[in-house]
Amino acid sequence: MSGDAPDVPANGPAAAAIIAAALGCFVLGVFALAGDAFAAAGDFFVFYRPVGALSGVTTSAISLWLAAWLLLDRLWRRRNVAMLPVSLVAFGLLFASLLLTFPPFMDFVQGK
Amino acid sequence: MEITTRDLWTVAHGMGFGALFMLAFSGAVAELYRMTAPGAFVPSPRARGLFKFYLAAMVAMAWAAVFTGAYIVYPWYRASPPAGANLADFPKALLVSSPHTSAWHSLGMEWKEHVAWLAPISMTMVAYVFLRYGPALAKLPEVRKVALIFTLVAFVATGVAGSFGVFLNKYAPVRGGAVIHILPGEKQ
Repeated sequence: MSGDAPDVPANGPAAAAIIAAALGCFVLGVFALAGDAFAAAGDFFVFYRPVGALSGVTTSAISLWLAAWLLLDRLWRRRNVAMLPVSLVAFGLLFASLLLTFPPFMDFVQGK
Repeated sequence: MEITTRDLWTVAHGMGFGALFMLAFSGAVAELYRMTAPGAFVPSPRARGLFKFYLAAMVAMAWAAVFTGAYIVYPWYRASPPAGANLADFPKALLVSSPHTSAWHSLGMEWKEHVAWLAPISMTMVAYVFLRYGPALAKLPEVRKVALIFTLVAFVATGVAGSFGVFLNKYAPVRGGAVIHILPGEKQ
């Protein structure tokens, strides 16, 4: 954690929103892969039958994203956090989410 | 002139919410960059207010696009045809019935249906950050940089989803439903 400058607003709420959004994107990719790779996971994610597993994959990811955001915001609301690690983690998660939602990569991971 | 309810929802999803969201990106990137750049420019409260409304409308469009796509159009796309049915009424079944078109589903739709959700999640974060900090983002360059990169990733995700949406609707359009008569036509 870095020190506060008097005229600069605390970056904690922004860092919480950034990490939570990246985490939401990442778990969406992980759930999409799990739903595709494992029949049991695919069945579990069928929250609404006409939409199939996509309903559970997206609802679960959105729920986790919002929960993570709420939690991190409570923790970091009035704090300044080091942005370099936050940025690196966020970009890593975002890049992984782009890969995990790309069907050829999902097939590659599953050995198809 | 007439249109079916399924056509209408498909147009609302893609050309309404999706295309408007896509069109809004250039303005969002330019204004995010300009309004939060370190320097002399300080946007007026009115300009900031308008941009907050612009971002909020953009986020609403993004969520409307993914929810109408997933919960209204997608069930029609993926419905299983009964034996002997005309596959033209079942877009997914029509695409996977031929090796010449099956990748439009296995690559196009399977990529689109997931990657599209990165855009509203990312843009909700970007809008929140701007609404919370406004021009003070100029004093938080790392946060500003991350917000701009997430905006660009959301643009790419929307581009992928939108492009495949257009092609999918070209090769296997979602048709059917009640017919809505818009205008009476003339016999040529």
